[in-house]
Amino acid sequence: MTSLQRVLTTLGHQEPDRVPMFLMLTMHGAKELGLSIQDYFSRAEYVVEGQLRLRKKYRNDCVVAFLYASIEVEAWGAEIVYAEDGPPNSGEPFLRKPEDGLQLEIPSVKQTPCLAKVLQITKQLKAAVKDETPIIGVVMSPFSLPVMQMGFEAYLRVMYEKPDLFQRLMQINSEFCVQWANAQLEAGATAICYFDPVSSPTIVPRRQYLRTGWEIAQRTIARFQGPTAIHMASGNCLPIVDDLAQTGTAVVGSSYVEDLADVKAACAGRMTVLGNLNGIEMARWSDADAERHVKDAIAKAGRGGGYILSDNHGEIPFQVPDSVLSAISEAVHTWGRYPLDWIDAYDG
Amino acid sequence: MTFASITEHFEQALLAVDRVSAQQILQNAIQEFGQTEVIDRVVTTTLEHIGAQWESGQVALSQVYMSGVICEEFITGRVLDHTEEAAEMPPMAIVTFEDYHALGKRIVLSILHAQGLPVKDLGVGIHAEPLIRMVLEQNIKILLISTLMFPSALHIAHVREQLDQAGHAVKIIVGGAPFRFDDQLWQKIGADAMGRTAADAVKLTQQLLEQ
Repeated sequence: MTSLQRVLTTLGHQEPDRVPMFLMLTMHGAKELGLSIQDYFSRAEYVVEGQLRLRKKYRNDCVVAFLYASIEVEAWGAEIVYAEDGPPNSGEPFLRKPEDGLQLEIPSVKQTPCLAKVLQITKQLKAAVKDETPIIGVVMSPFSLPVMQMGFEAYLRVMYEKPDLFQRLMQINSEFCVQWANAQLEAGATAICYFDPVSSPTIVPRRQYLRTGWEIAQRTIARFQGPTAIHMASGNCLPIVDDLAQTGTAVVGSSYVEDLADVKAACAGRMTVLGNLNGIEMARWSDADAERHVKDAIAKAGRGGGYILSDNHGEIPFQVPDSVLSAISEAVHTWGRYPLDWIDAYDG
Repeated sequence: MTFASITEHFEQALLAVDRVSAQQILQNAIQEFGQTEVIDRVVTTTLEHIGAQWESGQVALSQVYMSGVICEEFITGRVLDHTEEAAEMPPMAIVTFEDYHALGKRIVLSILHAQGLPVKDLGVGIHAEPLIRMVLEQNIKILLISTLMFPSALHIAHVREQLDQAGHAVKIIVGGAPFRFDDQLWQKIGADAMGRTAADAVKLTQQLLEQ
């Protein structure tokens, strides 16, 4: 089976040849090419080469056109702060007053240099992998983007205290999100990962989510011209799993703090589960730790398809050593072969 | 009404982000029991309970934050009876390290101030060198560091190292997402303690003050 066939089979809630593995590696390509993270992200060709090398090295079942979460606010003119050992981060929020959000103009998804670079990466990855490997594009949800646009505190106060401003901001962000997602799909992305941590019950209570993030996800995702995964970036999803199933998403990311077996049971037949290895702890895993965590995850969620092994945040930290990534890959290839009969005798 | 009943109603109002009801409950309680009693037995108790509920997944971070905002709005401008005690405490400070996600720091500050702990806010997006300078210049003895990003958490080790080399005795309490996902991380970077909730931050700060 190709990686794409493997993933499509599991998305159909059937068992493929083995459990698919999505190592969401964004910065590790810099190590492969001997570049700084900033230099690595400066050119599309570097990222494409990095992704292809990582795919081969770890037998990854996806390639990732995602660079860093703050690229969308960069498109709006925000400051980006580069680090030697981590993802580029958004600097001071560019909306100094929340009301400035009313004047926002949507950046061109094809002309803005940082976004155009992502589209170029996507096209080049598509030319390289063709229909063998899923290409994952990423968007920030309209409901979560304001954290970087104006800061978390200001955004929560807008959400709770300024409903008119909140609605207008959601309209603007939704329009941008749809344009950005569809541009990536047009460029060759197989699916869009809709990052929406603010919708997680970790951040807003369910009743607030139903009035806000849920409605926004439904109407935004409905306009995407391709399949979607919703990811809470380490936030819980279990309390809102039934609501997520109604958004139209095919996949949901699970947090490390949740029991993967419970998430799988709740999603079974409706959504594929992605997760939920602890990326922070991964930085200090031994080979034995990696194998144990992979086996635990597969034992809890692998049966019946509908599961892709991955980390719980959607981006593996730069500090995770190659040896751990290799150990994870090896464990998936050893223990992930269906029909997973070893699970019957496995006691964790 | 008993304090238990007042606290219960106050908590419901906070979790519903009902500022008007919450403040009315406090006003009524202060008329009956006095400001100090109400702030100690209702406000701080409720904020601690809300924090514990967040830790157990029963309430959301937005509710914790807005609860802190409502309480701090109420307390700001009121003369607290802790003033004399506060003057004798060693200099304390809190900072959001290397990023601009100040939510965690804001929540912790609300409850620290409600407890009468005069913790200075050193700002957001502060990197190691300016932080070290501020700590030395202001003779900070208890430093609370909040951070969101894993690489930033690792950089705290440099802050610890530089302050030790300068011969400056300071207790460092850390908090934030990376520490919640790896419970050994705080020790690895040389912190003295790690708080999972705002209530932890208060408890740890008070413990250090007693030492």
